[in-house]
Amino acid sequence: MTDIQEILEKVTSKYGKQRSALMPALQAIVKEKNYLSDEDIVAVAKTFDLSTAEVYGTATFYTFLDTVPRGKYVIRVCKTISCHMAGKDEIIEALQKTLKIKVGETTVDKKFSLLTANCMGWCHKGPVMLINDEVYPELTPQKAIEIIQSYQQK
Amino acid sequence: MSNYMVNLKINNIPVSVPEGTTILEAAKKLNFRIPTLCYHEDLSVAGNCRVCVVEQVGARLLQAACAIPASEGMEILTNSNKVRQARKHIIELLLSEHRADCTECYKNGNCELQDLAHEYGVNQHLFIDLARKRNYTIDRSSPSIIKDDSRCIRCQRCVRTCDELQGVSALAVAYKGEHQKISTFFEHPMFEVVCTNCGQCINRCPTGALIEKTYIDEVWDAINDPNKHVVVQTAPAVRIGLGEVLGYEPGERVTGKMVTALKLLGFDSVLDTDFTADLTIMEEGTELLTRLKKALVDKEKVALPMMTSCSPGWIKFQEHLFPNLLENLSTCKSPQQMFGALAKTYYAQKRGIDPKNIVSVSIMPCTAKKFEANRPEMRSSGYQDVDYVLTTRELGLMIKQAGIDFMKLPDSPYDNIMGESTGAAVIFGATGGVMEAALRTAYEIVTGREVPFRNLNITPVRGFEGIREATVKIEGCLPEWSFLEGVELKVAVAHGLANAKKLMQAVNDGILSYHFIEVMACPGGCLGGGGQPIPTNLEIRKKRAEAIYAEDEGMPLRKSHENPEIHLIYQDFLGKPLSHKSHELLHTHYIPRKRY
Repeated sequence: MTDIQEILEKVTSKYGKQRSALMPALQAIVKEKNYLSDEDIVAVAKTFDLSTAEVYGTATFYTFLDTVPRGKYVIRVCKTISCHMAGKDEIIEALQKTLKIKVGETTVDKKFSLLTANCMGWCHKGPVMLINDEVYPELTPQKAIEIIQSYQQK
Repeated sequence: MSNYMVNLKINNIPVSVPEGTTILEAAKKLNFRIPTLCYHEDLSVAGNCRVCVVEQVGARLLQAACAIPASEGMEILTNSNKVRQARKHIIELLLSEHRADCTECYKNGNCELQDLAHEYGVNQHLFIDLARKRNYTIDRSSPSIIKDDSRCIRCQRCVRTCDELQGVSALAVAYKGEHQKISTFFEHPMFEVVCTNCGQCINRCPTGALIEKTYIDEVWDAINDPNKHVVVQTAPAVRIGLGEVLGYEPGERVTGKMVTALKLLGFDSVLDTDFTADLTIMEEGTELLTRLKKALVDKEKVALPMMTSCSPGWIKFQEHLFPNLLENLSTCKSPQQMFGALAKTYYAQKRGIDPKNIVSVSIMPCTAKKFEANRPEMRSSGYQDVDYVLTTRELGLMIKQAGIDFMKLPDSPYDNIMGESTGAAVIFGATGGVMEAALRTAYEIVTGREVPFRNLNITPVRGFEGIREATVKIEGCLPEWSFLEGVELKVAVAHGLANAKKLMQAVNDGILSYHFIEVMACPGGCLGGGGQPIPTNLEIRKKRAEAIYAEDEGMPLRKSHENPEIHLIYQDFLGKPLSHKSHELLHTHYIPRKRY
C-alpha cells in the first residue's frame, strides 16, 4: 500500500497546497487506499492547514469518498427515482441474498461492499449499478446475481 | 460599501441605499423586520434557512433577503400573502426535523425558532415529524457544552462562528441532504476534539442545539446543605451582562443588585473575582518585569513576548494550535482559579472554616471556565478549587427561579474578605483590560509615577479592532529598575481566536515582536463571552464595554496595587508576588494537546 505522504506529495506537487487541491487529494487517497482513514484525514488536514473536521465534512459530502473501509469491489446501486421505478428494490434484494450482507455492509472476506448511490445519469437504462468504475445497466435480479458470481471468481 | 446609491421600493415605500446593501438591511432601514435564522450580524451570509424570503415584483421565485443585494428599481414585498405562506411552510419544514418538545428545552423562551413558530401561527403539522424517527446523538461529553443534534436546524451559524470568529473549525458540516449534520472530526465527542469550550457557538445558536452544561441543581443542593459553607465569586463582565437576562437593556451596570440577589439566593459569602483580578496583576506584572530583567540584565533565555493567561478558551486554543508557544504564556492562573485556590486556604483559615465544608461557586461570562475548573491542575488547595461554574445566563435563571424581583432590589456591597477590588480589575471584562490594568501597575512599580495617560485611561489598547498595538516608553525609572530606562515597551491585544491565530502566526514567524500580549478568546473580551446573555452583536458588545469603563471610572481605587486587601493578603499569607506560596497556589502549567 502506498504511503499517505507519498500520495500527498504527488498531489501537492501537481496542484499545490491551496484548498482547491483538497478534492484531488481526497480522490487520490481513496483511489490508492479505497477509503479515508482517521490518520489519512489528519495527514490531509496538516498538509492543507485545515481543521480535521473541515476535511471530514468535505469527505462525507461525497458518496464516492468513503470514510470507512470498503471491500475490494464496491457495488453502488442507483437509488434515484427512475431506477427505483424500474425495480431497484428487487436488485438490492437479490444482491443482499447473494452476498449475505445488507446495504452499507461489507462481506466478511472483504471482497464486496453493497451501497446505494444517487443518479448516475443512466435513467434510460435502469436499474443500474456500478461495481468500482464499471457500469451495469438494464439489470434484472438474475443478471445482477450472475455479474456478482463472475466477480466472485476473480 | 460603495458610494453609489441604488433606489428601490420596499412595500411601496421608496428607499435609497448604498450599492451592495442587502434587501434585509434596506428593509431594516424602513423599520421592516424580516425574520432570519441562519443570518447573524457577526457572520458571513449563508442563505440556507430561507426563512427571510421576500417577493420581488416581476420575479418568478421568492428571494432570500439576507443574501440578495438591493438593485435599482427593485420592488420588494416583505409581507405579501405569498411570502407569509412560504415562510410558514419553511418554518414547518424546519420544525419537522426539530425535536420541538420546547418545555423540556433549556432554550425555552429564548429560542429564535420557537419565536417564529409563534409569530407564524404554526399549528397544523403539515409535515411528518421526522425528529422522532431519527437516531440523533446528544453529546454531553464536554464539561462546558452540550451538543444536541435533535434540535439542530443546520443553519450553520456555529460552523461559521467556529471558523470565522474563532479560527478553530472544531465543528463542520458533514454529509448532505437529509443526512446533513453538524459534526466534529469523525463525530468524536466534543471533549476529545480541538474545541476550546469558548461557547461562541452557543451565543449564536438560534435553537437549543448548542447549550452550556448547567450546574444549577448542584448549586441549589449545596446552598440547601446546612453543613456546607457556599462562597460565590462574580467575574467582572457578569455585572454588566446580567441585567440583560432580567429585563434591562444592554449596558446596564447591576453590580449592587446582583450582590443583593446572590445573598437572597442563600450564598453564605458573596465575593468578587475582581479581588483576584487585582492579585493577577500583582503576580503577572511582577512576572513580566522579572522576565524582562532576565532578558535584558541577566541575558538569560526567557520566553518573550509574555502572553496573558486569564482566558481558558485562549489557553486551550494555544495548547492545541501553538504548543510551541506555551512557555510564553504567563504561569498565572486565571482570576477564577486564583480565587478558588485561596477560598479553600486563605479564606478558610481567616474564617476558621474547614475547607472540606466549603463549596466554591463562580459566576462567569464564560463556558470555558467550566472546563478550566475541572482541569486536574486546578486542585492546589487539596480539593477541587472551584466546584461549580455558572454562566451569567444560569445565574439569571436562578434569580428567576427564586422569584426575586431583580429590578426592584436595593444595592449591597460585597462581603469580605476577598470582596475588595479596583477599577483595574473591572476592566478585565473588556478586551485590552488586562493589558491596561497591568500597565497601570507595572509602570508605577518601575517609575514610581502613574502611567502617563489622561485619567489613567490607556485608550490605545481599548476598542474593538481585532488586533491592536501600543508602545509605552519607560522614562525616569527608579534605581532598581534602571535597566528599563528608555525601553519602549511594545504590547499587543487581540480578541476573538481568529485574530489571536493571525497574531500568533506572525509572532511564530518572527514577523512581529512584542514584550507583552493580551489575548481574550471571545470577541470583545469576557463581555462578549460564551456564557453571556443571548443575543450578541457588535452594538450590544459596545454598550457592555461602555458600562465596564464607566464602572472603572466610578471606582475609588483604579490601580490593582492600591487594593488594601491585596496588601493584606501579601502581608498575612502570600509573602510577596511570585513567592513560594504564590507559586504553589496561584501559578500553573500547560499541556500540549493535539491540533489534528
